[in-house]
Parts: sequence; C-alpha cells; structure tokens
Amino acid sequence: MWDYTKSVMDHFSNPRNVGKIENADGVGEVGSLACGDALKLYLKINKETGKIEDARFQTFGCASAIASASALTELIKGMPLEEAEKITNDDIARFLGGLPEQKMHCSVMGREALEAALANYRGVKVEEHADAQVICKCFWVDEHKLREVITENKLKTVEEVTHYTKAGGGCGGCVPDIKRILADINGPEAKPEPEEKPRMTNLQRIKLITETIAVKIAPMLRQDGGDIELVDIDGYDVYVKLRGACAGCPGAKATLQNIVRETLRREVDSEINIIEATK
Amino acid sequence: MTEPRQVYLDNNATCRVSPAVVEAMLPFFGELYGNPSSMHSFGGRVAEHVTRAREQVAALLNASPEEIVFTSCGTESDNHAIRGTLEANPEKKHIVTTKVEHPAVLNVFRFLAKRKGYHVTELGVNKQGDLNLDELRAELTPDTALLSVMAANNETGTLFPIDEIGAIAREKGVVFHTDAVQAAGKIPLDLKKLPVDLLSISGHKLHTPKGIGALYIRKGTRISPFMIGGHQEHGRRAGTENVPYIIGFGKACEEAMNGIFEENNQVRKLRDKLESGLMSQIKHTYINGNPRWRLPNTTNIGFEFIEGEAILLHLSAAGIAASSGSACTSGSLEPSHVLMAMEVPFTYAHGSVRFSLSRYTTEEEIDYTLAAVPPIIQRLRDMSPFYDPNK
Ligand SMILES: Cc1ncc(COP(=O)(O)O)c(C=O)c1O
Ligand code: FES
Repeated sequence: MWDYTKSVMDHFSNPRNVGKIENADGVGEVGSLACGDALKLYLKINKETGKIEDARFQTFGCASAIASASALTELIKGMPLEEAEKITNDDIARFLGGLPEQKMHCSVMGREALEAALANYRGVKVEEHADAQVICKCFWVDEHKLREVITENKLKTVEEVTHYTKAGGGCGGCVPDIKRILADINGPEAKPEPEEKPRMTNLQRIKLITETIAVKIAPMLRQDGGDIELVDIDGYDVYVKLRGACAGCPGAKATLQNIVRETLRREVDSEINIIEATK
Repeated sequence: MTEPRQVYLDNNATCRVSPAVVEAMLPFFGELYGNPSSMHSFGGRVAEHVTRAREQVAALLNASPEEIVFTSCGTESDNHAIRGTLEANPEKKHIVTTKVEHPAVLNVFRFLAKRKGYHVTELGVNKQGDLNLDELRAELTPDTALLSVMAANNETGTLFPIDEIGAIAREKGVVFHTDAVQAAGKIPLDLKKLPVDLLSISGHKLHTPKGIGALYIRKGTRISPFMIGGHQEHGRRAGTENVPYIIGFGKACEEAMNGIFEENNQVRKLRDKLESGLMSQIKHTYINGNPRWRLPNTTNIGFEFIEGEAILLHLSAAGIAASSGSACTSGSLEPSHVLMAMEVPFTYAHGSVRFSLSRYTTEEEIDYTLAAVPPIIQRLRDMSPFYDPNK
C-alpha cells in the first residue's frame, strides 16, 4: 500500500470541486486513457478582477491523481491569474502534505492542466512546442516538458524523471535520451551510466573475440605494418602474438597491446586480458 | 455499533491459514524439535511425520513421494526447475515460455537471456489469454532445453491445457515445467496421467503460512540441485528441513484434496454469483480471461473509464480486499503484463480488478460485496472525463 498522507486520503475520499463548469472561460485537458491518468480542468474567470472565481475538474486516475486535482482547484480558487500562473507541481504536492515520490507525476499533471486552461482562456492555443521532439513514446512526453520538469524540480536521475513525468516507465526505450537530457542540464557529474552489456556464453565470446580481431584489429595494425595472430582464448584471457612495425621495440609493443586490449574490452567484455603468447 | 466488515477476496495473493494446519504444526514448535536426519528417537519421530507430509503432498498430485522436493516457496520451486534443468543440459541454448507467466518464471527467463546468453522465446496469447498450440509446437527445436508454461494464470485464472502442451513437449523431446502454484488444490492434477516433468506448488495458496513450497520432479528427469550441502531431500535440496511448515503443508494438501470437488463447486457458485451480479448491475464491464476455461475461484473484471488503485482504495474503505494489475498499485506504470499481452483495451485495462475467493468465502460476504461495489464504481465514473452517463 502507498504511504499516503491524511490529506491525500481526505482529498481522495472527499474530492472538492468535482464536475464541469458550463460555459467555462478556460478549459485544460491533459493525459489520456492509454497513459493511465487524465485530468480536465474548468475555470470561471472574472475579467474585471482578474481572479479565478471557480475551478472544477474531472479526472481519470489513481488516488493521488484525484487528490492532486482536488488540491489544485482548492489552491487556485479566488487567486489572481498572475499568481495562478506561478503555481508549480511542488505547490500542489505540498498542499497535500507531500506525495510519494513515485506519484509526483500526478502533481505535474495538475500543473499542466492549469497551464493548458489558462492558455485556453487567453485564446492562445496551448503552447504546442511543435518543434519539441517526443522523447517517450509510451507516455507521449516531449523534450520541452522533460526539460521544464527536470529543471524546476532539480531532478538528477532517470528514476526521478520517471516518477515525475512517467517517461521511461514503460518499455524503457527512451532511457538513453532521458540520460542525454539529464547530462545536458546537470552537466558532466550526471554522466550517463554505461549500458550494461549482456553476459555472453563462452562460445559467443570466443566467436566475438575472433571476429573483432579479424575484422577490426588486424586491419588497423596492418595499416601500420604490424600484425596480430590469435593463439588461444581461455575464459577472458586472450593469447596473441603481436608484431609491430619495429619488432623488438618494447615501447611500440606496449602501445600495440594497449590498442588490442582496449578494442576487445570495448567490443567484447571489460574483463578481457591480453597475454603475449611466448611461443 | 457494528464492527466494520472485512471481506477477503484476494486469495490468489495469499490465503487465510487453516486452523487445522496450524494445529498440525504446533507440536513441531514445541516438543517435537528433533532433526529428521538424526540417528536417534528425537529425529526418528520427526522424520516419520515428514515422510507422512511428503505422502500427503504427493497424494494431491497423484505422484510418488520420492518425486516431491520441499522448497522455501513457489518462487524457489520455479527457479530450481528452470535453472536446475539448464545446468543439467548445458549443450542446449534455447528456452520457451509465455508472456503471461508469474515473475517467478518470466524474470528468470529474462535474466537467462540477458546474462547467460540464452535464446528465449516468449509465446503470446490471444485476447482471451489462450495460447496457440501450433505456434508453440513450431517453437520447439532440437536446441530447446526447456518449456515452461503455467497451469493457471494468477491474474485472470485462465487455464492452459497442460495435458496437450506436455504431449507436444514429449513428442519434441523437450523438458516440460509447469507453474501450478495457482492450480494446485483448485483443479485436479494427476501426474500419473499428465505429461509433465516438473511442477511447482506453493503452500500459502493452499492455506499454510507463507514460506513453504514444493517441486515435483518426475522420476528420471535430469536436474541439478538448487542448494548444495547435506543429503537432505536426496541431495536435491540441501539444508535442514523446515519441519513445522512441511508438516503444515502436508495437512493443507490433505485438506485441499478432500475438498477438491465439493469445496471448489461451492467456491465456483459464489464466484459466478459475484461475477454475474456485478456484470448485470454495472454497465461497461468486461471479464478478462477465458470465462469457460478458468480457475473456479477467480474473476478479473474490467470497469471502463476508471482506474484500479482508486477502486481498490474505495473497496478497502468498505472493508473489501481485492487486487488489480493496475499500474499505479504495482509500482510500474504500465498496466499488468498479463492484460497487456491479451491486448485488453486501454478503456478498462487500467480499471481491472481481480476478485479471488477461497473455501472461507461466504455467501453473505458476496452479497455484501455485490451491494458495496456498484456505488463505488459509479462515484468514480461520475468524476471521469471519459464517462458519458447517457451511453
Ligand atoms: C503463478 C504463481 N507462481 C509463483 C508464485 C510465487 O509463489 P511464492 O509466493 O510461494 O514464492 C505465485 C504467487 O504469487 C504465483 O501466483
Ligand atoms: S518510450 Fe519511454 S518508456 Fe517507452
């Protein structure tokens, strides 16, 4: 069971301001059935005072989605528009005494619906960010939204991004892109982790080592007048005979070994050792 | 004031412990503390009871007692069956399972693909959750080491025809494992007739406390031990036996066998009453799974336009315990992998709820549930932007 605050449970069990507003001045709709949650927000705005007179919602979603929508309407009722524009997802979460980390996307959805409803009121079409590329195809999240949420909430890891936007929580196909965006925003300390390579069977590894030497390494060495001969493979130990352009020069040998080792480690497995066969 | 009512309809997750099982276990927390391997009367007396329990478990499956290995849970049984078979047949590199297995099987296969270089086939299912047996047959090759197909699905209750599937595996010379954790005790399983090599069961789905399971290993099946150490379980699963739980498991299997027809008929009647009652009272509802070929205790119902966690929390406030494969309750964001494999439409994939009954479920509880659920569904639908009351 989720650890919901009393306030979340209260707004879930007795949601405030449920329903539609006929002839609403602004309507914002986000999410979809496929995504698992959706929110439609209706605003009644007093043009003279510039205040939100009434706010109502309809929602499809889990307990925290319902509670977030209820909290949002309570927050903005009576609020001047300029202030409402500044509402963040964190304000919604805080109004509820906090949300479980994995449920932060519910508060993000609330803020997005508000943004959409205000844009609708102004008659601007919801900022489409037509140029923004859709990064997560499972939950239809584009780069613009990712950047906004990451920056505003100071997110550091893919997991956090998933909790806040859902992106990455489906097939996982967009995870490399999320890592790229995180690294871009947070700088090099949030370096993307290296992709885990699948563990190979001995047979597969031997085949890949042989191929890599034949196709990648040997031609490279031959260009410079050197050569390589594969003598044996024992687990992760690869026995080779190396011939440099200036055979017998120890410095050149070390460089050659380095090239072979690094190439095999990159292509095959980080645990590969290169051993010079003596005979 | 009356006590708030508690109705437990989540028996596929775990069950109430049977009082007779507890009673059978108690002496083994007390005076019967001997080690069954010991060469003295303290051990000897306990060993006799363990032997008896093994016979009781074997009897439920119509197997021989030597074919039963006690494990710590259903998950261990699945791991043992799969990894033990592969270790004993290292030359074959292809393994086959289905997309709708429990994680205790599916994640083991995915691990083997990712980390051990196995070539894995995950068979899909149709919209009712059924397999295509021609497709299955075509996947089995001389390189196939193992086929693992569950007997009954934990989320929908859909039964797979393990007799036919086992026959195909036999014909192709492929070892066949079935996860029967949900099936055991709810449908008859006769291993003298079923062409199954390995079969997993778990105690807590049969009214024991959690933490005991068994693996059936047909005589002659090549399999490596899962735990290596002493000679317990004929060296197939080392470690001093979890005696009280083994005794409890034996008793639970005996009870299950005694009730397999009458009790399950009773459970089926109540399940059908619940299901048809909900379907007739609430519009826009659908049964997930194959309604004709199903466990007697399970119904998985999709309520359109609303979300599972919200339903479950309202049910829980009314004292009713059920579960959902809904994304929001499971920590993952996509709806259950089982419903996704069945291509259940998104309009109710997120709003699907599993009700699972047991021998302890009463008609009064079902009547209470039938009265409590419709207003909850209506309340959530009234809030939903996708629900149109005029349709
Ligand atoms: C089909 C199936 N297999 C395996 C398991 C795992 O059993 P255990 O909880 O004893 O590890 C379960 C239980 O949830 C199950 O439903
Ligand atoms: S594309 Fe983002 S999770 Fe699938």
